[in-house]
Amino acid sequence: MKTKIINTLEMTGLSWMVPVVRLSTGENPREQLSEIMTVIGLPLLAIAAFLFLWAGAASQVKTSLGELPGPSQVWEQTQGLYEEHVAEREKEEAFYERQEERNAKKLAINPDAEIKVREYTGRDTFFDQIWTSLGTVFTGFLIGALIAIPIGVACGLSDKLYGAISPLVQIFKPVSPLAWLPIVTMVVSAVYISDDPMFEKSFITSAITVTLCSLWPTLINTAVAVASIDKDLINVGRVIRLHWVTQVFKIAIPASLPMIFTGLRISLGIGWMVLIAAEMLAQNPGLGKFVWDEFQNGSSDSLGRIMVAVLAIGLIGFLLDWLMLTLQKVLSHDKNAGR
Amino acid sequence: MSVVQMMKTEPSVDETKVTKEEDFQPTFLDLTGVSIEFPTKKGAFKALDNVNLKIAKGEFISIIGHSGCGKSTVLNIVAGLYKATTGGVILNGKEVDEPGPDRAVVFQNHSLLPWLTCYQNVEIAVKAIFKKKKTKREMKEWIEHNLHLVHMDHAMHKYPAEISGGMKQRVGIARALAMEPTVLLMDEPFGALDALTRAHLQDSVMEIQSDLNNTVIMITHDVDEAVLLSDKIVMMTNGPAASVGEILKVELERPRNRLELANDPQYNKYRAEVLKFLYERQRRPQE
Ligand SMILES: Nc1ncnc2c1ncn2[C@@H]1O[C@H](COP(=O)(O)OP(=O)(O)OP(=O)(O)O)[C@@H](O)[C@H]1O
Ligand SMILES: [Mg+2]
Repeated sequence: MKTKIINTLEMTGLSWMVPVVRLSTGENPREQLSEIMTVIGLPLLAIAAFLFLWAGAASQVKTSLGELPGPSQVWEQTQGLYEEHVAEREKEEAFYERQEERNAKKLAINPDAEIKVREYTGRDTFFDQIWTSLGTVFTGFLIGALIAIPIGVACGLSDKLYGAISPLVQIFKPVSPLAWLPIVTMVVSAVYISDDPMFEKSFITSAITVTLCSLWPTLINTAVAVASIDKDLINVGRVIRLHWVTQVFKIAIPASLPMIFTGLRISLGIGWMVLIAAEMLAQNPGLGKFVWDEFQNGSSDSLGRIMVAVLAIGLIGFLLDWLMLTLQKVLSHDKNAGR
Repeated sequence: MSVVQMMKTEPSVDETKVTKEEDFQPTFLDLTGVSIEFPTKKGAFKALDNVNLKIAKGEFISIIGHSGCGKSTVLNIVAGLYKATTGGVILNGKEVDEPGPDRAVVFQNHSLLPWLTCYQNVEIAVKAIFKKKKTKREMKEWIEHNLHLVHMDHAMHKYPAEISGGMKQRVGIARALAMEPTVLLMDEPFGALDALTRAHLQDSVMEIQSDLNNTVIMITHDVDEAVLLSDKIVMMTNGPAASVGEILKVELERPRNRLELANDPQYNKYRAEVLKFLYERQRRPQE
């Protein structure tokens, strides 16, 4: 039971919890306590030191919007943003309740009456923006992976194909996706025309921008991984005369999964960074827009709110990376992968 | 009758020991004039030159020679993984031109798929080969039977990373045996193992071979192993352009027991022959 818990913790990257579990079962308390000191105590100490330095330095910087916010102001703003979110949700509920009541009354008077159901068009709160950004980044990232992995596998299998598209990859890879943004925006406006669009244009633009930059690390990693599979493993497949499709799915892809995942992790990381910048630049809904709006707003709270956004962006980026790493550990045979 | 019967392919060296003897057994696997050139940056590299070898059904052949002389290359040509530049291989009257499960290979470094358990590693081969010939249950029994042959029943559902080198090698052998090969090709199957494990596995292989009467080609660096296991020892000359130097027939009775053989004068004579070939006639230039 204990080993099971410990294995799960290590699998999910929560290895810092392990000594706590060990301690709780009374295993060698002294050793565990010193272990806890190093894996939990030291990072906490570093965070405390950082907060202290931040608080000290922030009060020294005077901007046109007032003092640079310190940790306590940022905490206040976080609470403020949360309260705003709750208030907005209440308003929305109230709106729908009123609408329903109105419609019910109308129907009571005249069963054939035409009833109107209108969407609530309130302001997007900070938390709404987080969800928008997360949805966008995953959409763009998944499209990127769906394009990059098959092409990467094909390139890994065929030197000729790799040679053929290698110059294209080399040229497009270093292009900042923000340079693509105007073109993507124009193309989406021109091509994506529909009266009842399933997705917002801005959503599509942002997602495609994420796709364009998250493509390359996955593609290159997949190609290199497939090309460098141990020849003996391929020969095993040849001796038992596996059909080439089976060969790809049963040998080539599993063998290169650890490296493909490393590529995916890098891709998602880049995608997240780029998305925020794209949202700021294109005024597409999401965390980037939130930051930009606050900046334009220029109230005394703005800097604090931006700081909250910065921390949230960092935290989410960290969680995304952790998610990929855990997925990698669960799905691929290389249990010691990544760090 | 002389104990050591040498069948020479090169008529030049040391005529005294030759007692020409016709092979009465029909040839089952026939390598004729096999040469291979690898394209390299510095031009073609001729690894093998005119390798000739006749092997009868059920024979246990080992190939011995210095590192890099081309032993694996010979094996890969028989397996169909490499194509000879000139000459060819005929197995049971048919030319070998592609890899296939009738020539199962035990690779130099086990080559188990690390994301599959031992059972699944055998299963992937069995499924591919007996797709339409066996029912699901028969396949399961067949897989378990082969893992049992190499004494791996207890760790069937472990992953390669969780078992020892010797156990991995056993699973590799089980996978090859499960293909019901007409020729079993083993490339230094016990190369990376400690002496004790090695002895165990050698005994298992001898046991299995006497049960199934497979035709086996095994590459080895180990003189004792070659003498203990083989009916014929093929000694290769040094590369480049390596070829078959001498073939030594080992006529020790089976079943063979390593302890009894240790003091057997015949056994030691065979050993001496091989050693002499390797360290006198084919001494490596840089050694
Ligand atoms: N695919 C290849 N391309 C170029 N050269 C090769 C290739 N395969 C083998 N060779 C060369 O052919 C020669 C024989 O190689 P081989 O692997 O058959 O040797 P070996 O006798 O099995 O050695 P070892 O005992 O170390 O396994 C070596 O000089 C090697 O460099
Ligand atoms: Mg070799």
